[in-house]
Amino acid sequence: MFYPRWKTILILAVCLIGIVFALPNALPRQVTDSLPSWLQPINLGLDLQGGSHLLLEVEVEAVVKEQLTSLVDSLRGALREARIRYADLGIDGEAVTVKLLDPEARDQVRAIVRGLDPDVRFDIRDDGVAVIAYTEQARAIRKKAAIDQSIEIVRRRVDELGTREPTIMRQGDNQILVQLPGVADPDRIKNLLGKTAKLTFHLVDPTVSAEEAARGRVPPGTQLMQSADPQGPPAYVVRRRVEVGGDALIDAQPSFQNNEPVVSFRFDSAGGKRFGDVTAASTGKQLAIVLDNKVISAPVIREPILGGSGVISGSFTVETANDLALLLRAGALPAPLTILEERTVGPDLGADSIRAGAIASVVALVLVIGFMFAIYGLFGMFANLAVIINLALLLGVLSALGATLTLPGIAGIVLTLGMAVDSNVLIYERMREESRLGRTPINAMVAGFDRAFTTILDSQLTTLVAAVLLFQFGSGPIRGFAVTLAIGLATSMFTAIWVTRLMLQAWARRAKPQTLPI
Amino acid sequence: MLIRLPYNTKYDFIGKRLLAFAITAAIILASIGALATRGLNYGIDFAGGILVEVKSPGAADLKEMRSTLGGLGLGEVALQTFGAPDQVLIRLSRQEGGEREQMAALDKVKAALGDGYEYRRTEFVGPKVGEQLREDAVWAVSLAILAIGAYIWIRFEWPFAVGALISTFHDVVAAFGFFAITGLQFDLTIVAAILTIAGYSINDTVVEYDRVRENLRKYKTMPMIELLNLSVNETLSRTILTGGTAILALIALYFLGGSVLENFALAMLFGVVIGTYSSIYVAMPLLVYFDLRSLGGGREEETAPEKQSAG
Repeated sequence: MFYPRWKTILILAVCLIGIVFALPNALPRQVTDSLPSWLQPINLGLDLQGGSHLLLEVEVEAVVKEQLTSLVDSLRGALREARIRYADLGIDGEAVTVKLLDPEARDQVRAIVRGLDPDVRFDIRDDGVAVIAYTEQARAIRKKAAIDQSIEIVRRRVDELGTREPTIMRQGDNQILVQLPGVADPDRIKNLLGKTAKLTFHLVDPTVSAEEAARGRVPPGTQLMQSADPQGPPAYVVRRRVEVGGDALIDAQPSFQNNEPVVSFRFDSAGGKRFGDVTAASTGKQLAIVLDNKVISAPVIREPILGGSGVISGSFTVETANDLALLLRAGALPAPLTILEERTVGPDLGADSIRAGAIASVVALVLVIGFMFAIYGLFGMFANLAVIINLALLLGVLSALGATLTLPGIAGIVLTLGMAVDSNVLIYERMREESRLGRTPINAMVAGFDRAFTTILDSQLTTLVAAVLLFQFGSGPIRGFAVTLAIGLATSMFTAIWVTRLMLQAWARRAKPQTLPI
Repeated sequence: MLIRLPYNTKYDFIGKRLLAFAITAAIILASIGALATRGLNYGIDFAGGILVEVKSPGAADLKEMRSTLGGLGLGEVALQTFGAPDQVLIRLSRQEGGEREQMAALDKVKAALGDGYEYRRTEFVGPKVGEQLREDAVWAVSLAILAIGAYIWIRFEWPFAVGALISTFHDVVAAFGFFAITGLQFDLTIVAAILTIAGYSINDTVVEYDRVRENLRKYKTMPMIELLNLSVNETLSRTILTGGTAILALIALYFLGGSVLENFALAMLFGVVIGTYSSIYVAMPLLVYFDLRSLGGGREEETAPEKQSAG
C-alpha cells in the first residue's frame, strides 16, 4: 500500500512543478510581463482574445500563365529576328504552341527556345505544330518560389502595419494562414493583401488617342490601359515595354506636394540610371505610372530626372498615399491572393467567451465536488482535491507547452472535469466491491487501485486515440479542444491514480481504519 | 450519511437483448431516414457562406434590418437575436461564384448596415475551404472509429473489437441522426462533439468489457448470458456515477458556457445518454453470439504458459 519515499517525493515534485507553471494564469498582466519567457500564462486563441484569422490562396496558375505570356512575347521577337516563318503563335493550356511553316527550321527554333529558357520542353506534334511547355520540375520550382515569395511579401505588408505578434505561415500546397491577434477590423489588411502592387513605368504612345484605340486601332507594341484616377482621362495608350519596374525601388514614403498627398520614391542605382536615361531621352513625352495594369497618372516629363528619385501624384487621399507607399516598400506579390476564409472576433465577444467559460468551469467544478462528496464522503474529498490538482496540472502543461487555449478548448476542460473523476469512481467502486468480499480496509484499497488500473488505462487510451485523430484532422479551434482533452486525460490519470493514492496512504497511516469509510 | 447506490443488483439486461436490438435498429433506421430525407443543417463551416454577429446601438429592429439587407440582392438573409436583444446573428447563404463574390457580399452587408453597429464576429468560409473541412471531418470520424477498433483488438480478443466497433458506429450514426431530426446547426464544433461521444462511449464499453474479461477467467463454467449480466450489474454503479458527473459538467456548460458552446454541450449530453445505452444494450449482448471461451477468455491466460516455458 505504501509508496517508497522517492516515489512520494517524485509525485509531490510533479504536482509542485505543474502548479508553478499554472501560477502565471492567476496573476495580473503587469506581473506576468516581467516573468521569464518559459513562465507565461496560456496563449489565448483568436476566438478568446479577439483577432482576425485569414486563409489566403496564392493563385499560382497566374504565375505560370504570366511566364507563358512573356515566353510568347520573347519568342515572337526571336522568330522575327531570325526571319523564321510561323503562324498561330499562342498559349494552349499550359503550353505555348506555334505552327512552323518551314519544317527545316525546326532545329533552329529548338535552339532559339533553349536559349530563351532552358527549363522548357520542345516537341513537334504530327501536324507540324511546335509545343513548348515547362517541365513538371520547372513548374513545381516556380510555383514554390512564387508561394515562398508571397509569404515574404505578406509578412512585410503585415509588419508594415505594425500588427502585434502576427502569425504568417504556409498551409497545405498553396495556402497562407495569417493570424492577427487584436485586429477587430481586418478590412484595411484585406484590402492591402488583395492588391498585387506591381508598379511599372511605361511611355505613353502619342500617335493614337485613347478613343481611337478603344475602337480597335491599337498600334503594335502598345496596349490600351484603364486609368485608376477618376479625375483624369478614362484610358491611355501605353507602350508594352516596361521602362523601369517597381522591383528597382528601394524606398517609398507618403509626402505632400502643393498640399496634395503624393508618394515619393527612390530607385536603386541601376534603376535610377535607367530612369535617368528614359527621362533624358523622352523629355516632353508622357510617362505612365502603372499599378496592377491601371494607370495612376501620366505626367509629362519636363526634364531628365537624374537623382534616382521622384514622386507619384494622382488624386490620392492621405490614406491611399500611405497605403501605396506601404505596398511599394513591401514589394509586389508574384501572384494574386484570394481570401478563402475569414474569421474575425471582436475583443468584447472574446472577453464574454472567457467569462462564460470561466463561470461554466467553476460551476461544473462545484457540482462535481458536491456530487463526489455526497457519494464518497471523505474519500470523495480526496478525489476532489485530486481533480483540483488535475486542473492546475492541465493549465500548467498547457502553459509550459505554449499551447493555445480556444473556446472549444474550454469545453474540453469542463469535460475533463466531468470525466476526470471517472478514474476515481472506478477505483472507489472497486474498493467497495473488494471490501464486501471481506478484505481488510488496507487490502481493499490496494486491490482497488491495482484492479482498476488496467481498466483505467484501456478506457483512457481509447479516448486518447480519438483525441489524437481530432488533432490530426481538426483545424483551428478544434485542435485546441483536442489538445486540452488529450492533456486532460494524461493529467487526470496521474492525479486519480498516484495523487489520490498518496492522500489515501497519508490518511491510512494516521487513521488506522478498521472499516472502509465508503 | 453517504448516498449508497444499490449493489449486487440482478437486473436481466442481456435477456432483453432482442427488444434492445429492435430499439437499436429503430434508432439507426430513424437516424438514417432523417439524414436521407431532412439532411443536416450545415453551418457555414461546411456549407460555406457568411456569418456576422453584430451589436446594434439599441434593441435590434429585426424588421428594419431585414428590409435593409434583403434589398441587397444577396439571396436569403437569416436574422436572429443571439443571447441578448441587441445582438443579432446575420447569416448569408453561399453566393453564386467564387471566393471574391463572397467577400464582395460581406462588404455590401457592412456598407448597408453603416457605422452604428459593432461587429462582434465575422466569419466567412469560401466554397473551397468548406469542402476541405467537410473532407477532413469525414476522415477524422472514420479513422477514429477504426483506430478505436484496432486498439481494442490489440488489448482484447477480436469479438470485443467487433462489438466495440458496432456500438461506436451506432453512437455516431445516432448523433448524426439527432442533428438531422432536431435540425440544430451542424458545424465544426459538433464534429468535435461527435468524436468525443465516440470516445466517451468506448470508454464505457471498455470498462464493461474489462469486467467480462475478468469474469471469464474467474467463472470458467458460468453460462455466457449470466456472466454478461453479472458484468453489467457489477459495473452499474460506476456507469451511473460517471455518467452523472459528466452530465452535471455538461449541464453547467449548456447553461453557462455561452451561446457558441450551447449546441456542443447539447450534442454531448445526448452522446452520454446514447453512449451509456449502447455499451449496455449493444456492445454487451453482441458478445453472446461469439464463443469467447474457446478464444481463451483473456490474452493474459493465453500468454501465461509461454512465459513459464521461456523463463
